[in-house]
Amino acid sequence: MKRWLPFEWIAAVRFLLDGALQTLVIVGGIAIGVGVIVFMSAMLSGLQANFIKRVLTSQPHIQLVPPDQVARPLRDEAGTFEAATVQRPTQRLISINQWPKIRAEMQTRPDVINAAATASGSALALRGDASRAITLNGIEPDIYFKIVKVPDYMVAGDSQITTEGILIGTELARDLGAVLGDKIIVNTPIAGSRILTINGIFDLGNKGANQRTTFVRLRNAQSMLGLIGGVTSIDLTVNDIYNADVIAKEIQAMLPVKAESWISTNAQFFTAVQAQQNSNTLIRLFVGLSVAFGIAAVLIVSVIQRSKDIGILRAMGTRREQILRMFLIQGGLLAFVGALIGSALGALALIMWHRYARQVDGSELFPLILETRLFVMASVLATATGIAAAIAPALRAARLDPVVAIRG
Amino acid sequence: MAEVLRLEGIRKSYNVGTPVETEVLHGIDLSIQSGDFLALMGPSGSGKSTLLNIIGLLDRPTAGKLVIDGHDTGALGDAALTKLRGQTIGFVFQYHYLISAFTALENVMMPMLVDRGHPDDEMQARAAALIDRVGLSRWANNSASNMSGGQQQRVAIARALAMNPNLVLADEPTGNLDTHSAEAVFALMREINRERGTTFLMVTHNPGLAERCDRIIEVVDGKVA
Ligand SMILES: Nc1ncnc2c1ncn2[C@@H]1O[C@H](COP(=O)(O)OP(=O)(O)OP(=O)(O)O)[C@@H](O)[C@H]1O
Ligand SMILES: [Mg+2]
Repeated sequence: MKRWLPFEWIAAVRFLLDGALQTLVIVGGIAIGVGVIVFMSAMLSGLQANFIKRVLTSQPHIQLVPPDQVARPLRDEAGTFEAATVQRPTQRLISINQWPKIRAEMQTRPDVINAAATASGSALALRGDASRAITLNGIEPDIYFKIVKVPDYMVAGDSQITTEGILIGTELARDLGAVLGDKIIVNTPIAGSRILTINGIFDLGNKGANQRTTFVRLRNAQSMLGLIGGVTSIDLTVNDIYNADVIAKEIQAMLPVKAESWISTNAQFFTAVQAQQNSNTLIRLFVGLSVAFGIAAVLIVSVIQRSKDIGILRAMGTRREQILRMFLIQGGLLAFVGALIGSALGALALIMWHRYARQVDGSELFPLILETRLFVMASVLATATGIAAAIAPALRAARLDPVVAIRG
Repeated sequence: MAEVLRLEGIRKSYNVGTPVETEVLHGIDLSIQSGDFLALMGPSGSGKSTLLNIIGLLDRPTAGKLVIDGHDTGALGDAALTKLRGQTIGFVFQYHYLISAFTALENVMMPMLVDRGHPDDEMQARAAALIDRVGLSRWANNSASNMSGGQQQRVAIARALAMNPNLVLADEPTGNLDTHSAEAVFALMREINRERGTTFLMVTHNPGLAERCDRIIEVVDGKVA
């Protein structure tokens, strides 16, 4: 007997070891349940982290654009009537008013890390017989590449943009039959045709983006889009990505711009995550319940099997609370040991799955995230569940009449 | 001689308040002196075990007064009864109820462990000495389930003595043993009674053993005859 263990613990451990088969079966059941939860949770947060990483390296956390242009009919002038319907105006390509001032203001905000001015508009890319509609993004590479990690996605050339250069996506390169160093014609209604050299080809991991997105120097875009000195958006990164929504609202309330956070532009993703988390919670709840019922069932049987032992313990002076604790400890121990094994199994399954389940291109499906917090939480919750499940059997044991138990 | 136990007008009814209410003990008066070795006899169903359970504080009488070691037990609550039971009474049952999850030595330590909460060297030494006294040193570390009936009953006697009780209650301790083992177990109890002055109250159906006790108490139809 271990010196430092109190009586209740000694008895609980002995009873569990004595009924080794029962103990093994229920611990196995708990381990499977906990393993599934750990595996599922870790994989989900991995996939989520992966998505967020992808999103946040290919788009700014917050984008400031000019406010929507609305029609403002003249009224209250003698002889004028307001029309019954006011037609919505077309959204012309316009610059953000006083953008250098806004950008400077953004740069002074402590929660904003980077602020890049961008001029974007539509254009047509031509080469030989092929022509494709593209989005021309005029950027300041130094700052912009800190926000959108285009250099990480280069498949040919590099991300240096020369004064007459352009970066295009893999799909556009294929459509135009162009390779690195080729020249393509970019046509805009205002500036007509310009010949630009392909400085680099990137793959953003999204066919649409690879088809349409192109990058040129800010000055080039400004002149081609007829926005001399103007920009169409200011792109920001912030220190707390999950707070982007709040920051965006704050900026919008303060300045004459529309501020869109990555959270609102990816609302669908967050809805999906929420739905996933809801079903995850439900699964956890039911696994928890079945674990609890399993523990309760095993302990009820154990109380019946050991009623003579309980009777004799009571006869030799064991108090009711001691018997109660003895069975609560058994429930907690079963669940705790099950949770430890389950956590190990879950982690192992996760590592295997991470190693063998790959995306088409051979890259990992999700980053391996094994947070201590998850395992600690799983163990704590499982143990609490075990103790709770043991309450009914433990009360039953504590209330056992020793006379009845011994007469048996 | 000091009085270990006194019963005054002890009555016990089962199923109180129901149509099948039956009185099993009809007013028992009894006084047991320290150092007595008593046999409790009587036909089956006469109420011997019922009486023993009441004396052992496992059950409460419906009426009457039970005084143990000067404590009027009627005034005590459940927790106090449990404590008094653990410290003053030892039990030996018919079906040698050792706890099979523990070794013989641990079974003997158990009453002390329950009382003190943690194991210590002193209780281990005391248990080993008791095991030695009942002649089972070689079996000390055997699981209770690996021992013969007679051996288990001797361990049970050692366990009953663990808290150095004034009174050991034995309900047919030899009832389930062959003659040879029964004789050994009885002889052991008698020796311990002489050595230590421990009071024994033993239910038995064996007239041969009963004759060798200091006194025979006959219970017939719930009354001391
Ligand atoms: N819990 C109970 N409920 C109802 N009746 C009971 C209960 N326990 C015992 N009895 C009855 O009380 C009477 C006395 O029982 P008890 O066990 O004390 O007899 P006993 O003298 O020990 O018999 P034996 O020699 O067979 O052990 C019996 O008629 C028995 O049926
Ligand atoms: Mg009986």
